[in-house]
Amino acid sequence: MIKKKVNTSRLLLGFGFGIVFGFLLQKGGATRYDVIVGQLLLTDFTVLKIMLSAVAVGMPGIYLMEHFGWVELYPKSGSLGMNVIGGLLFGVGFALLGYCPGTIAGAIGNGYLDAVTGGLLGIWIGTGLFAALYPQLNSGILQFGYYGDVTFPKWLKINKWVVIALFEAAILGVFFFIERAGL
Amino acid sequence: MDIFTQVSWSPYLVGAGIGVLSWLSFRFARKPLSCSTSFAKTSGMIERLLRGKKVAEKAYYQRIKLTIDWQWMLVLGIVFGSLLSALLSGDFQLVWVPTLWAERFGDLPLIRLAGAVIGGIFLGFGARWADGCTSGHGISGTMQLTVSSWISAIFFFIGGILTAAMLFGWMT
Repeated sequence: MIKKKVNTSRLLLGFGFGIVFGFLLQKGGATRYDVIVGQLLLTDFTVLKIMLSAVAVGMPGIYLMEHFGWVELYPKSGSLGMNVIGGLLFGVGFALLGYCPGTIAGAIGNGYLDAVTGGLLGIWIGTGLFAALYPQLNSGILQFGYYGDVTFPKWLKINKWVVIALFEAAILGVFFFIERAGL
Repeated sequence: MDIFTQVSWSPYLVGAGIGVLSWLSFRFARKPLSCSTSFAKTSGMIERLLRGKKVAEKAYYQRIKLTIDWQWMLVLGIVFGSLLSALLSGDFQLVWVPTLWAERFGDLPLIRLAGAVIGGIFLGFGARWADGCTSGHGISGTMQLTVSSWISAIFFFIGGILTAAMLFGWMT
């Protein structure tokens, strides 16, 4: 009984986080096909600005909290086979559909009917197809070039605060370049 | 309260907000913000409904578990958060064919739907192959400085930019 109650509050917490996330994505314009495809055509840099600002603000905060033992980090395992090939396949879908898994939920809330019909159906078929092929893929291509859940500070053996400072500088450099180019 | 009724905010402000939301998500939900696994769960649940319990025995569904969890509710929340934002600003509109698509491929909903289904198949398949999407890898993974996430995010954009260039003609 107690377990069930905890579970319900967790689900409500997820829903609450989602409402804020969706609200922000819509205000940022990321729930629109034109904005996402505009980014991929390199004519509208809204999506990159949102993503890199989230990283610039999020990164020092989570690393500081981890330093004090307030949070755990959850770096994902990967391999060249997973991230390069999977990334390219995802990219094809990103451009054709014009939404990603998070922003399609936002697009549905925004009223895009192509998202709630064809887009959702396609994603469900795609994930179902992957589940069907998973045993073969997992014992083959997904293992190619495996590097696990390594992070840049661990991989390069450089102090994490130095790496964070370098990434912050690089992100600010990208913003400076984008703004100077008037994009 | 004007700020809530504005149609759009600065992308930098929106990104910063997502960054702060990530702090809270790591701290209070003990999870990074991510979305795509929920679509795989829903797909598995629908297949289980159509084809019976044996569907849940597939190795992949054993791994991700066909349950409604924190992330599934996050995705559902995004729908309502976006709806709320769009209603407050008067930006809610029912659209079958987005403007940019219509300019290139015409405004026939059926053609757009075919594009959305094929795109969705690649997106869903690719997100599971790479084990993450634009939020899980692209935002939450990159801010943790994860190597797999930076490589994924870069290839999401390489694949996307090349495909968009082929679909729309380079930079037109």
